[in-house]
Amino acid sequence: MDELKTRVKELIESGIVNVVIGYEQGTGNKTRALFVEKPEDTSKLIFDSRCIMNLATYITKQEIREKGRIGIVATIPVMRSIIQLASEFQVSDKNLLVLGITPESKMIEFKNLVEVETYIHQFRIEIDARNKEMLEKLGKMTPAERWKFWIDELAPCFKCYACRAACPMCYCHRCTVDFNQPQWIPVPSHEIGNLEWHIMRAVHLIGRCIDCDACANACPLAIPLNLLNKRMLEDAKVHFGGYQPSLKGEHLMSTFKPDDKENFIH
Amino acid sequence: MNIDKRLVRKDSLEKLFDILKQNSKTIFAPVTKNGKISFDVAESYKAIATDYIQTTQSSKNVAFPRTEKILDYTKGKNSISVKPFDYQSIPETIIWGVRPCDAMGTGELSAIFNWDSKDEIFNNRLSRTTVFGFSCSKADESCFCTSVGGNPGNTVGSDILFTQMGENGDYLAEILTEKGSAIVTLAAGLFGKADKAEKEKYIADVPVKFDQNGIRNKLEKFFESEHWVEQSLRCIGCGACAYVCPTCACFDIQDESHGKSGSRVRCWDSCGFSLFTLHTSGHNPREVQSQRWRQRIMHKFSYMPERLSVYGCTGCGRCSRACPVDMNILEHLISIQEVSI
Amino acid sequence: MMDNIYMPWLMRIEKVTYEAPGVKTFMLKFINEEDQNKFTFKAGQFGEYSVYGVGESTFCIASSPTRKGYIECTFRQTGKVTNALSGCEEGSIIGFRGPYGNIFPIDEWKGKNLLFIAGGIALPPMRCVIWNTLDLRNNFKDVTIIYGARTVKDLVYKHELQEWERRRDVKLITTVDPGGESPDWKGEIGFVPTIVEKVAPSSANTIAIICGPPVMIKYTFPVLAKLGFTDESIYTTLENRMKCGFGKCGRCNVGKVYVCKDGPVFTLAQLKQLPDEY
Repeated sequence: MDELKTRVKELIESGIVNVVIGYEQGTGNKTRALFVEKPEDTSKLIFDSRCIMNLATYITKQEIREKGRIGIVATIPVMRSIIQLASEFQVSDKNLLVLGITPESKMIEFKNLVEVETYIHQFRIEIDARNKEMLEKLGKMTPAERWKFWIDELAPCFKCYACRAACPMCYCHRCTVDFNQPQWIPVPSHEIGNLEWHIMRAVHLIGRCIDCDACANACPLAIPLNLLNKRMLEDAKVHFGGYQPSLKGEHLMSTFKPDDKENFIH
Repeated sequence: MNIDKRLVRKDSLEKLFDILKQNSKTIFAPVTKNGKISFDVAESYKAIATDYIQTTQSSKNVAFPRTEKILDYTKGKNSISVKPFDYQSIPETIIWGVRPCDAMGTGELSAIFNWDSKDEIFNNRLSRTTVFGFSCSKADESCFCTSVGGNPGNTVGSDILFTQMGENGDYLAEILTEKGSAIVTLAAGLFGKADKAEKEKYIADVPVKFDQNGIRNKLEKFFESEHWVEQSLRCIGCGACAYVCPTCACFDIQDESHGKSGSRVRCWDSCGFSLFTLHTSGHNPREVQSQRWRQRIMHKFSYMPERLSVYGCTGCGRCSRACPVDMNILEHLISIQEVSI
Repeated sequence: MMDNIYMPWLMRIEKVTYEAPGVKTFMLKFINEEDQNKFTFKAGQFGEYSVYGVGESTFCIASSPTRKGYIECTFRQTGKVTNALSGCEEGSIIGFRGPYGNIFPIDEWKGKNLLFIAGGIALPPMRCVIWNTLDLRNNFKDVTIIYGARTVKDLVYKHELQEWERRRDVKLITTVDPGGESPDWKGEIGFVPTIVEKVAPSSANTIAIICGPPVMIKYTFPVLAKLGFTDESIYTTLENRMKCGFGKCGRCNVGKVYVCKDGPVFTLAQLKQLPDEY
């Protein structure tokens, strides 16, 4: 990705950005986030099909923001996260520069977030076939069967919160689980504790999750917790016609429209 | 002192498993779920995972479960009755398939739970546990047991250490403790004589990658270094490393109430979480991730050896494998060793 | 069964004293008299006080070990457990685990002058050691207490302040922050560090014991240094987030030290050895 390396070097040298978040080679076959602050570090930058971590999770991190203006290497999921964060007033053109990577692995440098938004609105958020099949299977289960499925799948969960930490949308300084007056979600990782945590997180992400799978990829126990988020995405399509991250800031769950359905109110 | 060495035929392992089950032992073994291997109750020998280098989770949850009751209480009109955890409820347990690095980790956990006051809940669980260690014939780039005082055929912490002699070979069983001898008595027919058994050539070769004492000395002067910030930029502050680690023992105590009765529960916690050290006043001594990352390394490689006389790391490499952002602890330790102050 | 170190003793709240807005003192007695007779502790130690079903909270034992038959604790309503404790009435039963932590080395102070400096809600940890030394008064030379709070209402142990004031063998100086005085206030007006500088107690053969909010301590240490106190002759207590109280859960680990085991009492010399993580 020479074009990317050259441009990042220019941006750092000229001071247009103070740090660029990209990918580098990790241990074995892994890739990981790279924070380029010195021009000589650009040589470590890579980009290939293994680079799927959602880097947008770093742009709300205090230590990164303190460095100044951030440049970020962004695939489409990352771009979607950035627009969603912008619509929630967490980032702006002032502190962020987006170096987009197209599905054909070409670099596009966006002048501003409006351009990023225009770009991503060409692509719909689609759940992949394998997960669609799994959702259908779950949909056909009886409530008791589905309950058993989830208790069973979530049994290994030990509440490490890697899912929360990897998700760009989970940026609350004090998460709901960290409140103890009242203790909304039990702390220990027993059956109920696990179920309540994952359901609560999925609900807090309705209308905000852009289906990047960062949560499930981060889970050290490979729990398919993103199925909950995907089901919420499907439901949002059915009930609200779906959603796209949008700078206009019309959030699905917090925007009331006079013609919203009311057939569930009895 | 001569170690009691026995030969266990390859096919005898399943028979051993069945005998243990018939004798009402609960067997924790590596079982696969969603492609990840953790220690869980194995109902049959076939359920035990094979062909892996290291499990995802350690076996510490047997002696130190991720959630366990400390006491139960019931409130009356003007009284409270409190029942402590009942040690008799702990089943006789075998942990089957523990790597030597994990077996060594039990010693470190024990040091944490027994230095000064004795944690009898932990001790009772441990005393009812027999550890079947299995030597490693393979290692990967994340392993570094030999750099922290261990090795892939280490007997420390196991009650019986099995070493497979060749890929389809029989097993050398080293009977190391009284608990191990009790198993041999239970299944005497399966433990034969081991005249020609060899061990060394079947153990993986794990080269030493850093000087542990050198790092400990360096850490004495390393607290204020900028290096911690650089190292920890990509750390996202989850608890994965602490939870898969065989020696991490930080815990939380929570009360759970249901009307007039309830319980007090101990559950895993991690110094990597942002609110671990938060005071009620709002003051947080470790406000940024670099301070928390520093605490992890300093605690394992400097504070623990100083106060508890054991290092807090067995070189199993799980934290590196489980970390969602590749905070490879081996890489970090080598870099600490190499960077100038 | 006390071999389970997590099991609290059951205590009955004998008396509740309202000290200041949001601050109460509980006098606690063991439900089981045998436990009461066996229980001992020394000044400086703390305990974990629990409301079953809510949780545990860490406070010092605020009464002196020279007074048998009960223990006292003083706390401010700030979080989940202290709110629940605050709702407990006389006769309620709570749990207590302890004593934990290290002690004020009173024996080493014999023959010396004692200077106690406290601010606000930090008088409770000091109260224990103050009464301990006053109950053994002949062992010590001059005893000076400098205590301040934000306003007159926030002063705790108001009755005991009066008692200390009346005693001839104690020099008590109380102060409130500027603006915190009431019309009939007869004490000093000024922040504690300022008053310490004003009173200028001699550092010769004197031990200083200081507890207070971090900002008060920060500005009082230099004053004491100026007055000639050495780092080894200044004692303080550290507050840290704690859970287990006996060095296992890891929360209070600062450098090589566990505040619950090697503290909470530290000399300034020891504090300076610790990394700045408390």
